[in-house]
Amino acid sequence: MSLERSDVVSIAHLARLAVAEDDIPVYARNLSNILDLVAQMNAVDTSDVEPMAHPLDMAQRLREDEVTETDQREKFQAIAPSVEAGLYLVPKVIE
Amino acid sequence: MHDKTIAQLAAGLKAREYSSEELTRAYLERIARLDPQLNSFITVTPELALAQARAADRLIAEGKAGPLTGVPLAQKDIFCTDGVRTSCGSKMLDNFTAPYDATVVTRFKAAGTVMLGKTNMDEFAMGSSNETSYYGPVKNPWDLAAVPGGSSGGSAAAVAARLAPGATGTDTGGSIRQPAALCGITGIKPTYGRVSRYGMIAFASSLDQGGPMATTAEDCALMLGAMAGFDPRDSTSVDRPVPDYTANLNADLKGLRIGLPKEFFGEGLDPEVAKVIDAAVAEYKQLGAEVVEISLPNSALAVPTYYVVAPAECSSNLSRFDGVRFGHRCENPKNLEDLYKRSRGEGFGTEVKRRIMIGTYALSAGYYDAYYLKAQKLRRLIADDFKRAFEQVDVIMGPTSPTVAFNIGEKTDDPVTMYLSDIYTIAVNLAGLPGMSVPAGFVGNRPVGLQIIGNLFDEARLLNVAHKYQQVTDWHTRVPHGFE
Repeated sequence: MSLERSDVVSIAHLARLAVAEDDIPVYARNLSNILDLVAQMNAVDTSDVEPMAHPLDMAQRLREDEVTETDQREKFQAIAPSVEAGLYLVPKVIE
Repeated sequence: MHDKTIAQLAAGLKAREYSSEELTRAYLERIARLDPQLNSFITVTPELALAQARAADRLIAEGKAGPLTGVPLAQKDIFCTDGVRTSCGSKMLDNFTAPYDATVVTRFKAAGTVMLGKTNMDEFAMGSSNETSYYGPVKNPWDLAAVPGGSSGGSAAAVAARLAPGATGTDTGGSIRQPAALCGITGIKPTYGRVSRYGMIAFASSLDQGGPMATTAEDCALMLGAMAGFDPRDSTSVDRPVPDYTANLNADLKGLRIGLPKEFFGEGLDPEVAKVIDAAVAEYKQLGAEVVEISLPNSALAVPTYYVVAPAECSSNLSRFDGVRFGHRCENPKNLEDLYKRSRGEGFGTEVKRRIMIGTYALSAGYYDAYYLKAQKLRRLIADDFKRAFEQVDVIMGPTSPTVAFNIGEKTDDPVTMYLSDIYTIAVNLAGLPGMSVPAGFVGNRPVGLQIIGNLFDEARLLNVAHKYQQVTDWHTRVPHGFE
């Protein structure tokens, strides 16, 4: 499996990662090597195998619909990069 | 005092041979003096440690001490600690002061232990050498040119150098067992779901599991007893009673059936490491165990399968780091997309970015069946191999790592070479089983670990099997030169 420069650019965009222009060839090479490793999976026929999502095959636990967490807005906002009047600030989204 | 085990320290505290404050000061002094050569701690918390030590001393004086009250320990910097920086080895969280405690941290606080600080690790636990840490590599105390293993390399190096008698680790593909092996200490990855993942920064949620690292199996048993148990805050926590892991440490091993998977002794295993493992198995025969050759035919598929499952889950988990509510934010973002891309591009290191990209690719439209679904099917085959093996044997043994510690910089150019250092540990995570590494000897001056794998929830047996070996060998008591 060999990834092209354009593949790396599109994967990085999907992952919302800024990657420096100069680093793209190295990513293309390393990611291609990893995909070659992963391609060893194809050696085995798995058409009749049930996929295993979780090691314990357990069911999702449910709980009563009750409030169990207290409001800690100030504590959480204290570690945010940019806040104002109790809100998290981001660049303008709608002009 | 630093040459004592947790069990001995706890006894000494109870007998008032020394106070927790004296003990804590002794370890803090060692960290200040010796850690500059190792870099095993990201954050040392002396004031907090001394306050906790004094509180522990009061409990001991009032006769309210538990088995671990007053014992100093270190926490891997992946566990959230309220009011203390929790970096996960990443620039992304360099400025992150956790607003709450992980359940593991809460439990150790309730047990009256003292936190010395937060240990270094591969960034977001992604690595096998501790070289991906934003805070620089950790050195192996047995040989400063060598890596300590990873991702819990800081915890392993700190315990090996006797800068802490025990530390926490986490293990997604070998991150407790491999550094324990490479640093000559004892570590156990419990069954998936045994220790709460709440507040343990997520890497691959269907694989991640926290566990103890210490010099002896007995100490691991004491620590695991404090860590394990049901937690309603972790949706995958298992509601099942926690046994007293120290109760059966001395049980006789006569008739114990040990399986040796032939796939663990083939190509890729250093012959010198193989000799050490053979000698350890011979020791078990002396203790009355029976040895059976077994096969785990899908072992070779574990690494490829893991490098789909783990990156896929990591790409999903790490999407929370967006520069908005916490963590690194880039300067002067032009718009929201620029904010996301540059904050993440700057905050994450190369290995983390690689894994996010592999995971994103594997989960992207049109590729899901070929990668993630295929990997989940192979995961079933790998788990079924173990299921069949445990119909025949009580425990499985083999090397933890195919080689001893490699040199810093030796495997950083090609990620795939690095990934193959976890060939014997990864399958255990895919199957959700408990696994342990025990010091079994040396090749030159670098330690070798024996891996012991158990059936689901069979931690007590693993600890018993390791403890009995440690009663007849002294590898676990060896201390690296310069750290005596």
